[in-house]
Amino acid sequence: MEANIQINKDLIAASSTPIVLAILAEGDSYGYAIIKRVRELSGGRMEWTDGMLYPVLHRLERLGLIESRWETAESGRRRKYYRITPSGRAQLAEQRRQWEAVEETMRNLWSALQASIPAGNPEPAGVLSNGG
Amino acid sequence: MSTLENAPSLEEQIAQWRNYLRRRQAIHSVDVAELEDHLRELIADLVGSGLTTDEAFLVAVKRMGDLDALSREFAREHSDRLWKQLVVVSADSEESRMRARKDVFVVLCLAVAAAVLIKVPALFEIQMEQDTGFYARNLSFFVLPLLTGYFVWKRQLDVRTVRWLAVAFVVAAVFANVYPFTQYGHTEGLTALHLPIALWLIVGMAYAGRRWSEVAGRMDFIWFSGEVFIYYTLIGLGGGVLAGIMGLIFNAIGVDVEPIFASWVLPCGAVGAVLIASWLVEAKQSVIENMAPVLTRLFTPLFAAVLIAFLVTLIVTGRGIDIERNALIAFDLLLVVVLGLLLYSMSARDPQSPPGFFDVLQIVLLVSALLADAVALWAIAARISEFGLSPNRVAALGENIILLVNLAWSTVLYVRFLRGRCSFSLLERWQTEYLPVYAGWAAIVVILFPPLFGYI
Repeated sequence: MEANIQINKDLIAASSTPIVLAILAEGDSYGYAIIKRVRELSGGRMEWTDGMLYPVLHRLERLGLIESRWETAESGRRRKYYRITPSGRAQLAEQRRQWEAVEETMRNLWSALQASIPAGNPEPAGVLSNGG
Repeated sequence: MSTLENAPSLEEQIAQWRNYLRRRQAIHSVDVAELEDHLRELIADLVGSGLTTDEAFLVAVKRMGDLDALSREFAREHSDRLWKQLVVVSADSEESRMRARKDVFVVLCLAVAAAVLIKVPALFEIQMEQDTGFYARNLSFFVLPLLTGYFVWKRQLDVRTVRWLAVAFVVAAVFANVYPFTQYGHTEGLTALHLPIALWLIVGMAYAGRRWSEVAGRMDFIWFSGEVFIYYTLIGLGGGVLAGIMGLIFNAIGVDVEPIFASWVLPCGAVGAVLIASWLVEAKQSVIENMAPVLTRLFTPLFAAVLIAFLVTLIVTGRGIDIERNALIAFDLLLVVVLGLLLYSMSARDPQSPPGFFDVLQIVLLVSALLADAVALWAIAARISEFGLSPNRVAALGENIILLVNLAWSTVLYVRFLRGRCSFSLLERWQTEYLPVYAGWAAIVVILFPPLFGYI
């Protein structure tokens, strides 16, 4: 069931900020759980290199969008948790408006394309097709 | 069963991986701990889905990402760490050692060139003793173009940029020399004082190269400036000792070295040392822990204490500030020092760490400096008509206002940061974007003041 579309690096980079912020808006979390959530939500199509998440988290922290704290897990291991800040929420709202604008533009484009080139096999957002 | 047997070897493998990470300077030990937690969780999940620990370790390490790419990514985010890393890495291979040696050679050549350059006017009968004005106005041109050239070579800047830098120097040289200054006049002195400030920005553009447009690039330049200042002072102190001993021992054999010292050793050494100091900062960054931040930590509390004592005395005794010639300049210097302390404690600060005691101290320093300056400005404004607007006074007043604006807004941002309302990077951005203002004002003083005030 996993459609193996490799999402382009630039797209991953551009979407990483809203994705991380949105996941943290659901509740405090830590690196591994965030990666897992991304995999789950994208049906495995967003393949992040696990390590690369951390520079992103550190950047967001430097910008004051999220904050971190160390906690000791029940296993005795120390774990760094991240929490979204009010300015992070504001940034998320802003990003959401921008992404929705992009999404809508793309959707309009796809449907326009579908109308003019009916033979094409466009891929409406959210529907998996086999591309054949 | 097999899991148990493999358990120690898994620990060994993780330890090895951890050590690889630790060697990367851009990844600090807290980050390693964070990444290790991730790796362990990943392994646990993979083992849970049926892999052996060996397989799980391999898959997990691969998922974590290539260590080179990872440390590059960390270095990009934490460019201050990269700053230290560059030198250490380059000392490793044979090729980079060659490059370091070439660097030393180029710098020595440039330092000698500066030393020769400052003696060139003497060939055309322009002597240091008689034409002090000429040397004072043109001092920057014996050093800063060479220093800029060094960074152009080091950063391999493109031709277009180099052309702009050259144009800036030529324009500056024209303005420094075409005006009919009164000898030893005020405007000539102002030009001598302000030209290096304006041109230092040109050096900064070459220093930061393509990173000039980035906050981090300019922040590095601020860092570099402070370190150069400290190294130069140290070299100057050493030079002073050397000169003193030279004088003493030659005196013992009845030879007076004073004339040679004054006309050769001092000027040539002074200009050459700028290049040497800059190179030292570039090359030795990680050998000695950076000095400016250390000195800052030492002097921030002391300056804050002095300023508070000053304000308290002012209130208790009820004395007014005695506005004489140098009062404004004294307060300009005060603001410069406070700004320096702020900048270097900023560059030494880990932007991620939460507000602490030192930050409160910094605010105390800022607020007390602002109060002291406000009192002085108020006293001066009240009596400015009595004194008239001399070029010196206008220049000093302009500088005071520029510094006051910077520090006032810095204080606002700092307080907001302490209360968690904004991130530390806003403060950095404010400081780096303010850099051209100083150079701009210096350029105005050099270009507009002489004609405005009739070259007095």
